Amino acid sequence: MIKFVLMVNRQGQTRLSRYYHSVELSRRAALEADVVRYCLSRKKDQCSFVEYKDFKLVYRQYAALYIVVGITDSENELSIYELVHNFVEVLDKYFSRVSELDIMFNLDRVHIILDEIIQNGHIVETNKSRILAPLTTIDKMVDS
Amino acid sequence: MPAVSKGDGMRGLAVFISDIRNCKSKEAEIKRINKELANIRSKFKGDKALDGYSKKKYVCKLLFIFLLGHDIDFGHMEAVNLLSSNKYTEKQIGYLFISVLVNSNSELIRLINNAIKNDLSSRNPTFMCLALHCIANVGSREMAEAFASEIPRILVAGDTMDSVKQSAALCLLRLYKTSPDLVLMGEWTSRVVHLLNDQHMGVVTAAISLITCLSQKNPDEFKTCVSLAVSRLSRIVSSASTDLQDYTYYFVPAPWLSCKLLRLLQCYPPPEDGAVKGRLVECLETILNKAQEPPKSKKVQHSNAKNAILFEAISLIIHYDSEPNLLVRACNQLGQFLQHRETNLRYLALESMCTLASSEFSHEAVKTHIETVINALKTERDVSVRQRAADLLYAMCDRSNAKQIVAEMLSYLETADYSIREEMVLKVAILAEKYAVDYSWYVDTILNLIRIAGDYVSEEVWYRVIQIVINRDDVQGYAAKTVFEALQAPACHENMVKVGGYILGEFGNLIAGDPRSSPLVQFNLLHSKFHLCSVPTRALLLSAYIKFINLFPETKATIQEVLRCDSQIRNSDVELQQRAVEYLKLSSIASTDVLATVLEEMPPFPERESSILAKLKKKKGPGAVSVTELDDSKREAGELNGGADRGPDTAAMAASNASTPSPSADLLGIRSAAPVGAAQTNAGSLLVDVFSDSGPAAPSAAVNDDGFLRDLEQPTETSDSLLVEGSGDSDSAPPSEDPAPPLSEADELLNKFVCKNNGVLFENQLLQIGIKSEYRQNLGRMYLFYGNKTSVQFASFSTTVSCPGELQAQLNVQSKPVEPLVEGGAQIQQVLNIECITDFCDAPLLNIKFRYGGALQNLTLKLPVTINKFFQPTEMSSSDFFQRWKQLSQPQQEAQKIFKANHSMDTEVLKAKLLGLGTALLDNIDPNPENYVCAGVIQTKGQQIGCLLRLEPNAQAQMYRLTLRCSKDTVSKRLCELLAQQF
Repeated sequence: MIKFVLMVNRQGQTRLSRYYHSVELSRRAALEADVVRYCLSRKKDQCSFVEYKDFKLVYRQYAALYIVVGITDSENELSIYELVHNFVEVLDKYFSRVSELDIMFNLDRVHIILDEIIQNGHIVETNKSRILAPLTTIDKMVDS
Repeated sequence: MPAVSKGDGMRGLAVFISDIRNCKSKEAEIKRINKELANIRSKFKGDKALDGYSKKKYVCKLLFIFLLGHDIDFGHMEAVNLLSSNKYTEKQIGYLFISVLVNSNSELIRLINNAIKNDLSSRNPTFMCLALHCIANVGSREMAEAFASEIPRILVAGDTMDSVKQSAALCLLRLYKTSPDLVLMGEWTSRVVHLLNDQHMGVVTAAISLITCLSQKNPDEFKTCVSLAVSRLSRIVSSASTDLQDYTYYFVPAPWLSCKLLRLLQCYPPPEDGAVKGRLVECLETILNKAQEPPKSKKVQHSNAKNAILFEAISLIIHYDSEPNLLVRACNQLGQFLQHRETNLRYLALESMCTLASSEFSHEAVKTHIETVINALKTERDVSVRQRAADLLYAMCDRSNAKQIVAEMLSYLETADYSIREEMVLKVAILAEKYAVDYSWYVDTILNLIRIAGDYVSEEVWYRVIQIVINRDDVQGYAAKTVFEALQAPACHENMVKVGGYILGEFGNLIAGDPRSSPLVQFNLLHSKFHLCSVPTRALLLSAYIKFINLFPETKATIQEVLRCDSQIRNSDVELQQRAVEYLKLSSIASTDVLATVLEEMPPFPERESSILAKLKKKKGPGAVSVTELDDSKREAGELNGGADRGPDTAAMAASNASTPSPSADLLGIRSAAPVGAAQTNAGSLLVDVFSDSGPAAPSAAVNDDGFLRDLEQPTETSDSLLVEGSGDSDSAPPSEDPAPPLSEADELLNKFVCKNNGVLFENQLLQIGIKSEYRQNLGRMYLFYGNKTSVQFASFSTTVSCPGELQAQLNVQSKPVEPLVEGGAQIQQVLNIECITDFCDAPLLNIKFRYGGALQNLTLKLPVTINKFFQPTEMSSSDFFQRWKQLSQPQQEAQKIFKANHSMDTEVLKAKLLGLGTALLDNIDPNPENYVCAGVIQTKGQQIGCLLRLEPNAQAQMYRLTLRCSKDTVSKRLCELLAQQF
């Protein structure tokens, strides 16, 4: 299963965190620091999967933003790697050219999108228009 | 900057976030946050009732603060209030806050549960989704109690919206994981499985996680999912990329769902239904074919999605381990990836190939990639990829390539990352031992290991090399020479000094003839290292010195001088001081004979598994694929130690008739210490006094606290007799008149039929019961012949077959009733049909009642239906055998017994028995031609259980050692029990 999804920038600041198993606040900070240390120091030619404690980190870099997913061995690394990309494409579609600022200022919406893709540590939907359906409804309500 | 915010932008929130971003320091950020927290707190506490929008804004701010790593201890109530809002955005923020921040605060949960209840009954699909999602995230016991019965209904109801079904599936999964007792699947099972057939791919995607989890827990109840998953997969795989438009990702149809389907199939053995299996094999072939087709897009997303499916398919092929053709294709495909420019693919290919290496079908194919893998170990720029390469080399190693692989690993060690050195050292040590044919090579390898990576060489490793040198007299001279040379280096690792001290102390005499390594030269060399070493090593060296006094009397004066000097005899370390004092005294007062006895060469170590494997296992954790099992090395190392042990073993066995060990102990190994120990006790009370303080072990063991002897057991227990085990007399079944159910000798009757199917099961003055039986797959038919030996009729003759206790669920035995009258001298026949549902231990009972001259005869026998009857013989080559042996590597999968022969040890008799067992008797497998090796598969209704057997006779001692390894632990145990009575 998926243990968590993190978005961190190159300065190591967390921009989004979603945990699918309970982690104490203090341990979150330690974990996020570790993740930053492990992933951000890696070079382009290193592989995108990092063994960390009893699970694996799958990470993907978009400009200054890193998306890191913690998975157990019951997940397929490459499929999670592409799930991250699918997520980013959805964000891109919604925010039209998504940036780090979009994510900061629209945390609630990013959460809605992520929750449509992953629930409770499992993939729930991968079809972009269905992922965006609730947000489209909300935005219509606001506009009218 | 607030313009960035989308939709109903919350201005206050945007300002706050901008402020935080503009903070120049951590202190400024904390200050700003504290200010905001105070502000929100006052707003929440204020008299003015907040509207939904404000509440939402503040809760959003709290979420943001939480994200920054600050604890939030208020606002929960406001979030709960938001749940009852009718506005989606407000409700959503409320639920989000709760999902992220609420644990099992019971008071709140009750309120939350109320809101959830309302939303679930609202019939508004978006609200229902939010509510279900919240249950899935919090998943507390109270929530499970409130909703566990409702969720399955929502999940399978015909009128539920697809999106709600998706949330319901994952919600149910969470509840099942946290409170399985509350989620009763029974009536829903089939409808849940049929979600795999749902029209909507999103529903299938969500449901498959649920079904996978349920299948892992209750494989039998959910096994219908196999055929559904196969047909779903087949439809996806064979579809054109335009068919599943919305679920096609870069021209790959439903990649995530495909991976999940392939994962689900890995919960089960290959499909039994030929059509299903055929369809699946076709899918797997299509997936492998697609990998060879030109890509439909140049985008990396396309190839990644395609390869995600490919790797998952390969995992399934490896899991099945039954299609040689697919396995070899998988291996070739991975071989291509090994050279791919994408690091990710190389990494995954190495990892996948590691599991492939342990399959007998593909082991050889994997080996062909050795050069690529070695190259990866040398040139990969990513340590995690190099680590995978090292793992793969370890997994693909066998006798044919061991020298090359060990050499490469050794040279890699010189530059290896510190994080993986210790593991590499263990692996090299294991491979060197396991595949050593030439012991000088083994000694060289380990000494190299100490030279290159001494700091990472754990005690287990150097203990082991000494155990092996002690046990192999053909390598002792070479070992002495090599350590002597190694010690010449000006800077020697302390572990080298330890090995050197021990080996020269034992075998220095073997090289003493050469003036370049004369006794004094040896001593001076060792002593030149003495002062740089730690206390335990110095203690070991002192023991080596006293051994020198015995080996080379000419060194006595020099050594006594060393022992006598203040730095020894008054050493502040009590252990060193004690050794110096005692050794000095011993060397001055004991006669040469006594010295020779006390300081005799160490007896061979018992043949035992290497503790190095245990260490590696501990390091890697139980899940590691590449770690072979303890006993595996014991088997294969049999070549290493076994040969040397043979001599002492037999002597020990002869001796063991007099003083016998506990029957549970590994007799073949441990006994070798016994005669030595006995001899030592006679050596005189003086010695015992001299040594009584320095350690509890046997007197000759002057070096006892260096860790070797703790492994040797004291030959104290003499009470148990070996014969206890062998007491089952062969000529059993004296007739019994007393019909006491079941007969006391029922077990012996049963044992007579383990290796044969026909014969007389029972006989007394009245009745004879003959038996004929045949077995095919998991089915059997047994003919029972009841013969009346008297001239008088048996009346009310009836038989009942029963399966007591557990057996009822394991074995299905059907019988037809028999004629109630058996005339004098007549014989009647009864047919039993037997079906093996799963493996079993007990035997079914046959109760026979009849009246003979008015007296009721009542007797109960055990029917000779034993698990081995369902064996199918399996022929395999030596390498396959050991490969499988290796795979069956968990400790509980092995059962072993050492017992005394009860019957003739004649080869032909043994062979006939082993064939009668139902297994295939394999020739030319075991390096020792005296040993017997068999393989077979037990067929039960539910599964196939692979079994391997090894029987090692020792004709001189009239003993056997029997080892069984089966894929199921209960089977190993049972077979071992059954067979131990047969020989």
